[in-house]
Amino acid sequence: MADVVVEQGRVARATGARKGSSLRNTLGRKSTVAFFLTLPLILLILLLVLYPALYSIHLATLNKAMTKFVGLSNFTFLFKRETFWMVVRQSCIFAITAVVFKALIGFIVAHFVHNIPAKGQRKWRGMLLVPWVIPPAMSTLAWLWLFDPSYSAFNYTLSFFGVGPIPWLGDTFWARFSVILVNVWYGAPFFMIMYLAALKSVPDQLYEAAEIDGANWWQKIWHITLPMMRNIIAITTLFSLIVTFANFDIVRILTSGGPLDTTHLFATWAFQVGIQSSDIPLGACVSLFMVPILAVAAIFILRDVNKRGNEA
Amino acid sequence: MADVALRKVVKRYDDVEAVRGIDLDIADHEFIVLVGPSGCGKSTTLRMIAGLEDISDGDIMIGGDVVNDVPPKDRDIAMVFQNYALYPHMTVAENMSFGLRLKHYPKAEIKARVTEAARLLDITDLIDRKPKQLSGGQRQRVAMGRAIVRNPKVFLFDEPLSNLDAKLRVQMRIEIKKVHQKVRTTTVYVTHDQVEAMTLADRVVVMNKGRIEQIGTPNELYHKPATRFVAGFIGSPAMNFIPCRLEDAGGTLQIRLTDRIAFALPPARAARYNALPRTEKLLLGLRPEHLTESHAHLEPGVESFDTVLDVTEPMGMETLVYFGLEGTPICGRVNPNAGAKDGAPMRLAMDLNNMHLLNEATGVVL
Repeated sequence: MADVVVEQGRVARATGARKGSSLRNTLGRKSTVAFFLTLPLILLILLLVLYPALYSIHLATLNKAMTKFVGLSNFTFLFKRETFWMVVRQSCIFAITAVVFKALIGFIVAHFVHNIPAKGQRKWRGMLLVPWVIPPAMSTLAWLWLFDPSYSAFNYTLSFFGVGPIPWLGDTFWARFSVILVNVWYGAPFFMIMYLAALKSVPDQLYEAAEIDGANWWQKIWHITLPMMRNIIAITTLFSLIVTFANFDIVRILTSGGPLDTTHLFATWAFQVGIQSSDIPLGACVSLFMVPILAVAAIFILRDVNKRGNEA
Repeated sequence: MADVALRKVVKRYDDVEAVRGIDLDIADHEFIVLVGPSGCGKSTTLRMIAGLEDISDGDIMIGGDVVNDVPPKDRDIAMVFQNYALYPHMTVAENMSFGLRLKHYPKAEIKARVTEAARLLDITDLIDRKPKQLSGGQRQRVAMGRAIVRNPKVFLFDEPLSNLDAKLRVQMRIEIKKVHQKVRTTTVYVTHDQVEAMTLADRVVVMNKGRIEQIGTPNELYHKPATRFVAGFIGSPAMNFIPCRLEDAGGTLQIRLTDRIAFALPPARAARYNALPRTEKLLLGLRPEHLTESHAHLEPGVESFDTVLDVTEPMGMETLVYFGLEGTPICGRVNPNAGAKDGAPMRLAMDLNNMHLLNEATGVVL
């Protein structure tokens, strides 16, 4: 500090050097490096997620010709339309039913695969994953043929039992059934593989301890397997719920929302309203309705995961 | 409570025989320890008693009933696992009461039993914690508590202390002994640690390569081992085996260790070994504590010899000395004040009254 008093010039130089080194310190800090390394991804997300999201909020407040700000009148208009409420109902039915069955089938199949000796397991795992690996647009086309009312394999086979022909995609009940069926077929392998991984992570000795404690097969599943898999089940369900709720391709290809808009989901209806009927603000408005519904589900499930995570 | 009996029990995995025809009778209230090196079949035997492994041949009886095809839950046993196998999502109390709850015991009785077991194991304060919040020793206590509350016919312990650090292991060993003194349940305990086996057991079963080498009280095994394996396995540091042969010299029987070193056998030993052929290749088995520093007045049967020490290990209450005898490494135990130094010459005494003589080829103690 004696230098400071004696020679002003040197002090200035010293401060300059110190400034340079503090910049170097900032750059050298791990958090800074981490920030710069993730910056491309952050920019990508801003560009592809945040911008469209904000833009669609902006769009939803315009009139049909997109020339005038109309506030929330698009939303109030939707609330008065019966089709909108039908879409809400159908989206919920579709997502919940499909996710429940995907989870159930995935869980059961995972158990079977888990019990196959290690040698044959790879083969089965690979085969069971096929529905999930094929691009859904392609596999849904195959299902479209299977559901054909006059010449399909399904109705042909059923005719031997004196059943049918079933209007797979022509009747409201069967059309809803069919889109759910295809979604379950497509999504169950994902659950299967996630549950299989979770099953493998449960130590065998827990089952042995439970067996000695007197647990039967069902009690072992209820008291050991399910609690141990709870986090995986919650996260998988949440993830699948979001993806299923926002499903577009299966419904679009199989029914295009028909008959009489009864199989429309938010995404397909938003597409129909916004793109096909050229009312982009109203379409944006429809798609925005998915956000609050999914956000609530996400908050509930993730809160539970966090709680469990802290305990386990 | 019940006795346990194994009759010619065999376990085969494809073409490997893990357990090769074991016969074992465990009396009511008895504490039996199965001990042996890894892969000797001790854990497999325990798991067969538990019913976690099917038996390939033979019979297992608990309380007089053959239980070969009885599932574990109906055998009325309790098991403590090496890694505790506590249910991570349940509290200590829930872990301990799980078996009772499955059997629909009245709530009051469950609570009473859990409280009593927790008191016995000194874990009353931990009763509402999850296993994650417990230390290794506490988890082990909970695992024991889970076994105790069921009040089973038989306790099975599968290396319960091997995940604990050395100090805690000694502590828990004493705990287990205390618990057994209180509850007196028939216990089968598996370990690879011979100290655990010696300190805990009423009787120790030494296993090797799927067979029982010897069954006996800890003292019997230590002082009268039946085979080279048992002699070498029990005791630490292990027994020395020195190649030797018998020879007659002037009317007395003597044992020749090297060209230079031969000792006359004490009369009792000479009478016992006199009938053996002189040409047979033998091993002299001598525990380190019977190889000590030499004194001016040696008792009969104690012979002294000179050697040069390779390494010394001061242990405090004693010093371990290592030296070679014609290439055979040998360990002795001397007084810390006897002046043993690395690389220094020393006069040692061999107590032949406590010697063992083994057939080198068969490993049988003669």
